[in-house]
Amino acid sequence: MERTQARHEALDLDESDLLRMYRAMLLARRVDERSWILNRQGKAAFVISCQGQEAAQVGAAYNMRPGYDYVYPYYRDAAITLFLGQSARDQFLSLLGKKEDPNSGGRQMPGHFSSRKLNIVTASAPVGVQYPQAVGSALAFKMRGEDGVVLVSGGEGSTSQGDWHEAMNFAGLHDLPVIFLVQNNAYAISIPEKLEVAGSIASRAAGYGFPGHAVDGNDVLAVYETAKEAFERARRGEGPTLIEARTYRLTAHSSDDDDRRYREREEIEEWRQKDPILRFEKYLAEVEVLDEEKREEIDAEIKAEVAEASDYAESAPYADPEEVLERVYAEV
Amino acid sequence: MATKTLLQAIHDGLAEEMRADETVMVMGEDVGRAGGVFRVTQGLQEEFGPERALDTPLAESLIAGSAIGLSVNGMRPVAEIQFADFIPPAFDQIVSEAARFYYRSNGAWNVPITIRAPYGVVPGGALYHSQSVEAYFCNTPGLKVVAPTFPADAKGMLKSAIRDPNPVLFFEHKRTYRMIKEEVPDDDYTVPLGEARIHREGTDITVCAYGLVLYTALQVAQRFSEEHGIEVEIVEPRTLYPLDKETILNSARKTGKFLVISEANLTGSVSGEIAAVVAHEAFEWLDAPVMRLGAPDVPAAAFARPMMDFFVPGEERIEAAMLELARY
Amino acid sequence: MARAVTMPQLGESVTEGTIARWLKSEGDEIEKDEPLCEVDTDKVSTELPSPLAGRIEKLLISEGTTVDVGTEIALVAEEADSSADGGAPPRESMAAEGPTEEFPAAGTGAQPAGNEEKQRVVARARGGGNGHAEIPTAEELRLTRSSPVVRKLAAEHGVDISEISGTGIGGRVTKKDIEGYIEEREAAPEAPPRPERAAPERERVPVYEGDRVVDLTSIRRAIADRMSQSKREAPHAWTMVEADVTGLVALRERVKQEFAEREGVKLTYLPFIVKAAVESLKEHPILNSVWDGDRIVLRRRINIGIAVDLEDSLIVPVIRDADDYGIVGLARRIDEVVRKARGRQLSPDDLTGGTFTVNNPGSLGSVVSTPIINYPQAAILSAEAVVKRPVVIDDAIAIRSMMNLEISFDHRILDGGKALHFLNAVKRRLESYTAESAVG
Repeated sequence: MERTQARHEALDLDESDLLRMYRAMLLARRVDERSWILNRQGKAAFVISCQGQEAAQVGAAYNMRPGYDYVYPYYRDAAITLFLGQSARDQFLSLLGKKEDPNSGGRQMPGHFSSRKLNIVTASAPVGVQYPQAVGSALAFKMRGEDGVVLVSGGEGSTSQGDWHEAMNFAGLHDLPVIFLVQNNAYAISIPEKLEVAGSIASRAAGYGFPGHAVDGNDVLAVYETAKEAFERARRGEGPTLIEARTYRLTAHSSDDDDRRYREREEIEEWRQKDPILRFEKYLAEVEVLDEEKREEIDAEIKAEVAEASDYAESAPYADPEEVLERVYAEV
Repeated sequence: MATKTLLQAIHDGLAEEMRADETVMVMGEDVGRAGGVFRVTQGLQEEFGPERALDTPLAESLIAGSAIGLSVNGMRPVAEIQFADFIPPAFDQIVSEAARFYYRSNGAWNVPITIRAPYGVVPGGALYHSQSVEAYFCNTPGLKVVAPTFPADAKGMLKSAIRDPNPVLFFEHKRTYRMIKEEVPDDDYTVPLGEARIHREGTDITVCAYGLVLYTALQVAQRFSEEHGIEVEIVEPRTLYPLDKETILNSARKTGKFLVISEANLTGSVSGEIAAVVAHEAFEWLDAPVMRLGAPDVPAAAFARPMMDFFVPGEERIEAAMLELARY
Repeated sequence: MARAVTMPQLGESVTEGTIARWLKSEGDEIEKDEPLCEVDTDKVSTELPSPLAGRIEKLLISEGTTVDVGTEIALVAEEADSSADGGAPPRESMAAEGPTEEFPAAGTGAQPAGNEEKQRVVARARGGGNGHAEIPTAEELRLTRSSPVVRKLAAEHGVDISEISGTGIGGRVTKKDIEGYIEEREAAPEAPPRPERAAPERERVPVYEGDRVVDLTSIRRAIADRMSQSKREAPHAWTMVEADVTGLVALRERVKQEFAEREGVKLTYLPFIVKAAVESLKEHPILNSVWDGDRIVLRRRINIGIAVDLEDSLIVPVIRDADDYGIVGLARRIDEVVRKARGRQLSPDDLTGGTFTVNNPGSLGSVVSTPIINYPQAAILSAEAVVKRPVVIDDAIAIRSMMNLEISFDHRILDGGKALHFLNAVKRRLESYTAESAVG
């Protein structure tokens, strides 16, 4: 292959950037896989997956300054929070509802991320409520004249909510430093995109007066590139960007969902061939950042980390039952 | 100290807080250039600029939701819902979001927002400019719901609400905006949230009320004292959630006769909760059944004046209820 | 062999009886149920039908002598074949009657067994003999249970709520009432113990020549004692209203002849008055109550005593469950008890259990009277003579038939307001008749 400049080089990414991206994506995948095992063993009551969406998440989050920019993740965004600094232990502590769960101390379902330190704003279950909140946080940056950016994430189903449109409108009105990352994974539980989305999501941004991009969500560098532009635009005070990352949900909606009732196995198999991790591995091999030995070494490290984290969480204590009564109100 | 209306007192409270703390801002429909449909925020945009006195789009969920986002990023927004009747689109953001941030994040994210909402029956207001919606929110741990009636309280409690680290829903009875006047201190003072107020000491019966009906009950109580020698103790919860149970119970235990009056639909109302607390925790002191007076269980006040008057517990009904209890 | 006839218990609270007159002499033969003697008690004057048949062997008690219930008064030599029944009933038969209505068995009333409150609840008759306690009404409970705070204060200070006259709804004792009561009671100095003194030698009224001294019959003494007790113990209050009974008079005039022919009894005003009283008692149950020292007992049944004037005494037979009757039924029952009273044929049962008394001095021409309460009842109603009087109606003078209605009531049990509410209810009913009203 004749290459004058690799794609990542054009994006000012070096080898270590690529390996950080790769590690984050692989860690998210391995944590997710282990979560299903714990669920099928009866140890984890509920799993909600990020599998298939790691590239969209890491590609966007890679532009963030953790602890400075704000992120409003949705429940599939494990790869974002892992990249920003949550650990595999954190994920399993949350999965098993243990006292040390950094998201909620065992109060919320897994996938409802939160970290004050990392500016991961506590997430909810009702779909779409994060958008108005995100534009509010973006307005605060703008009012203070700071260059902070807010990344708000959701699935394509959330764009049907009024909150999404209200927030898009408000962001456009005030040129807010916010990036709407819509991970269009083709299904809102059982509802396929064709029954969810009229027209195109990306093109809706135009109606609100700011750019909207549809991007291959399984190509981490493509997502990174689009998000990079969006983050820069936001930091320059030029306003919001909508990114529709087109991807695919490789698992059922959750551990309580049986997706055989609404989609063909062949369709999933087809998308497995487009698995963003395999795709990125292929690229890394092409640019000679990752050979098979190195890949195995990284995978072994990550698997060990995941195993340790899972064991730790399993033996970690629950919060005292009376904790349920605590922290309803912040002290004056 | 000057005599101020409820409206002026709330305005002053906002302006003073905005002067004292640059993170404080007001936002909502028509609050900026117009100064609010009731003129509560008049002059704030001139003084503090279009961002800190922010005209928002006509989208209540956005108003509440963006206030949350502002608050978790360093601001102290005071959001106005133009009429309490318009709050339902923001219900999710208030009840499921603002009220739960702190709890669901195990204490990591608190939401210091104040949401002001004019409520209550007003002539011409009809079904959608009249409602008393407080009960919907008084079933929401994590939220503070306040409804001061008098100007000095309103100003002091508004300051407390703005400074409070939790979401506070601040209800203002719109019919009393210019009706109720009193001396309001000019200096910076606060009135704590969560504390009921005894307006009038009495030994014969307790009336617990808020809003316009409180104002009416106070006038009836004065007359009762002069004409019948009946001494009515009047308690204003001021904060509807969480309730100041001790003050309410102390009064109930003192007089043994307890009447709750509010303008809300009776079933499922805040007065139902107050009555339950008294019936349970003051039982041994009671000398009469706990009584309640409220609006009938129909959707809201009507546009036509006679129907509107019929809906609201007016002076005559308040007086009759108080007399019935006194004579029990 | 000879068996004894004993002094029977002639009424629930009777403890003694006086042999007024022996109707048989020693050696006479007597049939079972044949009158043996006349007995006076403080409630009744009656013939004692012999429980035994045979020859009177001995009269043990001289005429005019008062003896306790159960005392042997005569010996009758029974015929050999006479049955063994008669004589004093074995005590067991009375004990076996079980709980009386005043004292429901623990656990069957509104209060569970062992609850002290049980003692305070007005005893209510159990319906239909099936053992079900009726759920007390709010009015009943207000009078006895009042409210949580009153109950608590009562328990703390050892006060019986029913001792206090209430100023609250339906006569309910309010917190202020009981606080005032306790304060008053605690402020009152201990009554000094009354020195036990020998009854002073009673100074006789001088008797002059030509005066006639009549020893008291036992019924006269009983009346004297009861009236004195009532006046002494019950603080009487009295009030009166005027009723325009023109319509009632017209009605009676219209139907009385036909009524007498059809029913065989005269139609007087009394059944109308009794009916009005009964219905008004239902509205104002506090008047259908009796004083019981440390409590008030509100009666569920309405048993109306009718004051009947006899030549030498007054007797008050009782129409039980007077609310079961209409005008016709009341007319009949009144006629029956009046005839029995005049014939001295009233049984003890006819004289007991009254819950309210109607006095009818109007039949003798009285226009105003201040009756004495038939102790321990709460009140007595007097209906006076119907008199035509000029009355102002709508600023014009009309001739109307007027009747004064009065009530004497025990001010411990109720107050003037209640009494007048009742009296006005009676008045309203009597005034509601027209010539065309049906007599049902």
